[in-house]
Amino acid sequence: MSPRPGFVLEVDRSTPATLIWHGEGFRLERLPVGSRVVYGPEPLAPLANSDQAIRHALDNPLGDSKPLRALLYPGMRLTIAFDDISLPLPPMRPPDVRQRVIEAVLDLAADSGVDDVVLIAALALHRRMTDPELRHALGDRVFEAFAPHGLLLQHDAEDPQNLIHLGFTDHGEDVEINRRAAESDLLIYVNINLSAMDGGHKSVATGLASYRSLKHHHNVRSMMNSHSFMDMHHSELHSSNWRMGRLIAESGVKLFQIETTLNTDTFPEQLGFLQKREWEWSLRDRASFLATSSALERMPGELSRRIFHAVRAPHDLTSVQAGAVEAVHESTLANLYRQQLVEVSGQTDVLTMGLPYIGPYNVNSTMNPILVACLGLGYFFNLYRGKPLVREGGVVIISHPTPWEFNPVHHPSYIDFFEQVLAETTDMFEIEAKYEESYATDPWYVHLYRTSYAYHGVHPLYMWYWCAHALQHLGRVIVVGGDRAAVHRLGFSSASTFADALELAEDVVGRDPTITHLHVPSLLMADVT
Amino acid sequence: MRALQFERNVPRFAAARVASVLAGSGKGVRVGPLELVEVDPLEIPGPGWVRVRPRLAGICGSDLATLDGRSSRYFEQIVSFPFIPGHEVVGDVEGGALDGRRAVIEPVLGCEARGIDPPCPGCAAGRKGSCERIAFGHLSPGLQTGYCRDTGGGWSTGFVAHQSQLHAVPDDFSDEAAVMVEPAACAVHAVCACKIAGGERVLVLGAGTIGLCVIAALRALCLPGVLVAVAKHPTQRRLARDLGADQVVRPGEHKRAARRLSGSLALESSDGGIERLTGGVDLVMDCVGSSDSLQQSFDVVRPGGRIVLVGMPGVVKADLAPLWQREIELRGAYAYGSEDRPEGPRSTFQLAFELVRGARLERLVSARYPLEHYEDAVAHAAAAGRRGAVKIVFDMRKRGSGLDASSTVRPRRPDSAGTTKEAK
Repeated sequence: MSPRPGFVLEVDRSTPATLIWHGEGFRLERLPVGSRVVYGPEPLAPLANSDQAIRHALDNPLGDSKPLRALLYPGMRLTIAFDDISLPLPPMRPPDVRQRVIEAVLDLAADSGVDDVVLIAALALHRRMTDPELRHALGDRVFEAFAPHGLLLQHDAEDPQNLIHLGFTDHGEDVEINRRAAESDLLIYVNINLSAMDGGHKSVATGLASYRSLKHHHNVRSMMNSHSFMDMHHSELHSSNWRMGRLIAESGVKLFQIETTLNTDTFPEQLGFLQKREWEWSLRDRASFLATSSALERMPGELSRRIFHAVRAPHDLTSVQAGAVEAVHESTLANLYRQQLVEVSGQTDVLTMGLPYIGPYNVNSTMNPILVACLGLGYFFNLYRGKPLVREGGVVIISHPTPWEFNPVHHPSYIDFFEQVLAETTDMFEIEAKYEESYATDPWYVHLYRTSYAYHGVHPLYMWYWCAHALQHLGRVIVVGGDRAAVHRLGFSSASTFADALELAEDVVGRDPTITHLHVPSLLMADVT
Repeated sequence: MRALQFERNVPRFAAARVASVLAGSGKGVRVGPLELVEVDPLEIPGPGWVRVRPRLAGICGSDLATLDGRSSRYFEQIVSFPFIPGHEVVGDVEGGALDGRRAVIEPVLGCEARGIDPPCPGCAAGRKGSCERIAFGHLSPGLQTGYCRDTGGGWSTGFVAHQSQLHAVPDDFSDEAAVMVEPAACAVHAVCACKIAGGERVLVLGAGTIGLCVIAALRALCLPGVLVAVAKHPTQRRLARDLGADQVVRPGEHKRAARRLSGSLALESSDGGIERLTGGVDLVMDCVGSSDSLQQSFDVVRPGGRIVLVGMPGVVKADLAPLWQREIELRGAYAYGSEDRPEGPRSTFQLAFELVRGARLERLVSARYPLEHYEDAVAHAAAAGRRGAVKIVFDMRKRGSGLDASSTVRPRRPDSAGTTKEAK
């Protein structure tokens, strides 16, 4: 039976309570009658033979690219860049798709006599990956073949010796990327395209870039002009990356792009209820939900965090395409939309969402308040094509505990940003003008980014900018069940219950508002008409 | 006259200490040696002395330390018992050149007040806080009015002051503004003593009365590059910002704030947090005076930087390794006198009057209590930050309430000094 497409449920009296993520826990809420719930399509069936599909993609490239084996020759310098820890979410069961693809590429390289091969984790300004994380992404065989010999690198956006400035776009944007990648005879980029934002020219132009280059599109103006940044045709973030990508190509960098899409089979069987529609829960699902919820309630926060972060998703490959960047990406988006797109008719006054324990920047870490804002207002709000799910001046209600907690190793500059900057102002333009440079160039942050496992100093500002479009668009943001002080610091309103939040929302949007709930999981993208 | 009198009573002093340790600051007053008493008016100690009838008298951190039995034994020989506390005072002068006028008192009992001539080097140089004769002359020992048995103090309906101690209050000054002049003078002296160069990065630890006055003085008297205040309570944070702090952080955030401000690197603790900075701010003004605050100061001051103790410290425990290894200067800032200003020497108190007026420091006076409610007043002062208050004062302006026994006054018993006390 083929998977059912996504759909929009209208809540009536017989609709069971809706499952809503709440960090490292869940809540069941009875949404008001007449509310809509947007469900994503069921997980697509995986490719029958992933390894074969990968080999086929490498041999049958899209666009004007030659097959990969034709691009490989003895004595060449080959660099393989790959997406970092931020993808996929949650981390997938081994073998990770990066491992599968890179093993296939390395087999071809070996067959062609290529012996100068370097792997680079495309961190951009993200934290370095630990050895176990790299081993998980690449598999033992690849890790052991490269890491001990210093051939498994992590992009360092603060290493002037290993950056090269390729020029300026016609918009005056600096293009500065990893030197080894740029000076290789061939650069292969291995993507996991979890959302429509990922991939395309953004892979190299962002993943292997320096701050000097990134700041041209990771800024408030770009974010406010990206409607949404999940829709590359209406995204200034992508326009800038595309200009840079084309300049990279024009400057002689030979790139072979590999993109992959995964299905939305996100949780293992014991958490299977999370990705089922509530009225279809079996007795076993109900029992699992009750047992899991009550165990989580009694558990110390740190333990539940560890348990959740140990979850490995049973994601499977639904497509793989390789070759020229733009042709590849077009095909990727079609495959991604096949899995994620849901047609939604009309906007809503109030958009509700439950945020999970994980986002791109807290894998094996803490979901701090800035990341809560970023996940809700950056990512989830932007999961649309056409128009935002919520109308201009509407309200977003987020369910998340939003603890005033930070991981000091991973997010040192986040702590300072939250304590010192957001205490003073939440205005993005003011923050950008007054604080960005000092956060970007702070020597301690640079030191920790390069030598420890810290996100770059400027990263919390970027995550705040990620909310720009939503905050410009919305009349109010309400967090249900969050730490009041932390929510207040973000400039949002607090509510103890959903009912209270809806009442607060009525102050902004009037009585009897239309309500739409974004049901995650699974990951979806609303095509709003 | 009526007064709150502090006697030498070791068991009760010890009881106050125990109470304050067990129940918190301000709790020592109920069991300690402070009592509301009726005493005979004090004798005029000599020529140049006049009577003052207090209008308002503040409760300061050093008073609380005394009442809680936490003050250093260092002071034992430079106070004389029984004394009547109260050195932040505005009152009406009776006699002398300022007869009939309001005045604030500059409480240091230096050579001139003690009838010592020639004066000691400190007094001769205008540095009354450095007087070397505070236990000599025709007065009993006492570093200030409020700690000397011969002068009395502001927590009363009358005391005596040498005319050299008095500063006339301008007519447009409220009593609340005037009572803030003495703490403002402490802040002025501390700031002037630091000789802060323009552009220096300054961190002020603590935002009680002194901390807030220091922030105001820093803004008024010098040009710090960046001024960061560490404040615990919301009202303190708001006032710190209003009075000129560029950035206000909570306790525990000071290391991160100082690191960001100075662009310093940091040494990490085992949990990935900051253990201490490799650089830091140029100057820390410690307006708390505890072991913790001194340690915090060492955590954030740069090599070669300065720490100034403005809040009265007691016995503190400190690891002085950073003082040595980083060549940090540690100094105190006490009292007032004359300050070197670009325009020439200025009286600390005159600068303080200007500061109070310019920064509107009268807004720091949060609550007024009659002497009879001294336990409540002290409890309020001890919990001022938590209760959204800053300066708590005794209010003696209702003359009737303080001078005579009323229905609220308990029976009195005579003591050996000829005073009468209220029975406890």
